[in-house]
Amino acid sequence: MSEARRLVGALLLLTVVLLLAAGVALFVGSAALSPGAVVRALAGRAEPTSIESIVTLGLRLPRIVAAVLAGGALAVAGVAFQGLTRNPLAEPAVLGVSAGAAFGVVIAQTVGLGSSILDAAGVTAFAFAGALLAAAAVYGIALVPGGLSVQTMLLAGVIVGIFFTSAIAVIVSIVDVNKLGGVVHWLLGNLAPIPAGPLALFATLALGGFAMVVRHARELNLLALGEEAAVQLGVDAERLKRRIFLGAALLTGVVVAFAGPIGFVGLVVPHLLRGVVGQDHRLLVPTALLGGGIFLLVADTLARNVVAPAELSVGVITSFCGAPVFVYLLRTRYRVTL
Amino acid sequence: MTSLVELRRVEFAYPHPERGPGRGFALGPLSFTVEAGEIFGVIGPNSAGKTTLLRLLTRVLAPSAGEVRLDGHPIARLPRAAVARDVAVVPQEAPRPFPFTVEQLVLMGRYPHAPGRFFETGEDLAIAREAMTATGVLALAGLPLEQLSGGERQRAMLARALAQQPRLMVLDEPTSHLDLRYQAETAALLRRVRAGRRMTVLIVSHDLDLAAEICDRLLLLGEGRALRLGPPADVLEGGALEAAFGCPVAVAPDPATGRPTVRIRWSDAAAAADGRG
Repeated sequence: MSEARRLVGALLLLTVVLLLAAGVALFVGSAALSPGAVVRALAGRAEPTSIESIVTLGLRLPRIVAAVLAGGALAVAGVAFQGLTRNPLAEPAVLGVSAGAAFGVVIAQTVGLGSSILDAAGVTAFAFAGALLAAAAVYGIALVPGGLSVQTMLLAGVIVGIFFTSAIAVIVSIVDVNKLGGVVHWLLGNLAPIPAGPLALFATLALGGFAMVVRHARELNLLALGEEAAVQLGVDAERLKRRIFLGAALLTGVVVAFAGPIGFVGLVVPHLLRGVVGQDHRLLVPTALLGGGIFLLVADTLARNVVAPAELSVGVITSFCGAPVFVYLLRTRYRVTL
Repeated sequence: MTSLVELRRVEFAYPHPERGPGRGFALGPLSFTVEAGEIFGVIGPNSAGKTTLLRLLTRVLAPSAGEVRLDGHPIARLPRAAVARDVAVVPQEAPRPFPFTVEQLVLMGRYPHAPGRFFETGEDLAIAREAMTATGVLALAGLPLEQLSGGERQRAMLARALAQQPRLMVLDEPTSHLDLRYQAETAALLRRVRAGRRMTVLIVSHDLDLAAEICDRLLLLGEGRALRLGPPADVLEGGALEAAFGCPVAVAPDPATGRPTVRIRWSDAAAAADGRG
């Protein structure tokens, strides 16, 4: 019971922080709007064609939604990959899964898929397929008799990531640049506003991926005992691994499809959360959904404002945060297992 | 009366004999029963098939021929969780890395009783606390397992198996990481488990003296086959052990308990090794 109470408490706290971060994100930006103007736009008392309406409702609000969605999905994918591989350094970008998904998106764009809802579904399907392909490649390379080798998996992730990044470079070089609108910016991770239809589609798919992971949170804990011990406790380990794998690949694919390969959210957020809620996946997975949303929202707010009126890619900010955390984990927690 | 465990002409061979951990290894055909309430020991040299047998008993592996029955039911047709409600395994090694606390570990033993439940209930927690009390790790409940000593880890793993409330407790080398005192305590604990909770215990062990001391019956395995089966006094016999282990041994009754104790005849062993060399 106490664990359930802790979960509710943590979710409430994170919700408050999320609302605060969203509030800040609504009121700051390169368009100099007064707080009063933002409130007028939010309350619907401004002209739909006024600057404050367009900026607040058409740019900032959709961007907040996109950041929360992408951050939450990436953090949950990180927790899932970490539980699956029993390795705190596993994460969609580190494992090369994001690069695989990005390759899928670039392929989708070369065949001419745009931004209507049907096209968005097609792009997501390509991204999902790319994520699965990359994850399966890493898994296959790292699988040795007796289980997964942690070190080999990290190296395999690097190699698979490089491979898909190179493949993207090849396509970008040979295909008409106009066909790949904004691909370079997008490849750095970018939360440009997207229409409501595709956004709803992405949210639905991401929630589906989240549901696949969270309903197996208790089994993910048992997997830490080792696969054989988990089976001896009644876990269908093969089915569990398949579902977590699919769920994490879906979450990654969805995010990459609409926001590009944003790295390290799945590394930083679970690491911070473990310090607060502990190792239990039943607490980690739901809190990662909100915690990841907060992290990416803050990162994006920074990205929009630190070099205003220019704008950084949000992926640059997350990488700057993620790299030190990766090194820290490599040098401390992780060392004992090497 | 039905036996708790029954093996009927069970055979097993690893699918790729030319590679992998079970290189060229085959088990069986093997038939024996474990009766409810007994402490049953499986002994034998390295690669005799002890671990494979344990995996067959817990449905981690499926036999290539024959059948394992649990309380009369073919184990292959039982759901995994149903097997886990009846059979708990204490592995030889604690898992690493393992970031959870002792209490979280022990609560994992409650999973097969309600696999669909997200959080454990208060009753689960009470059962886990009782199991930790029984193995003397309640005071360590909040510590990460990795911070414990080898003996404490072993007792925490034992508590997890107790929390599972199984009818059969399977222990893989229960004393391999324990010093003399904890070996003695583990033996006493297993006896209490059998008496107090009416559990059946199956031990896989290299420790012949421990097996002789606490087991009602022993199975001596060699190269995947049953060499001898019966009470310790019948199984722990010099000729049979020398044939199985390929090493000269001396068997003598313990002066206090009368149970057989086994030791290596070091002088002859050295001479035999020199002769082979």
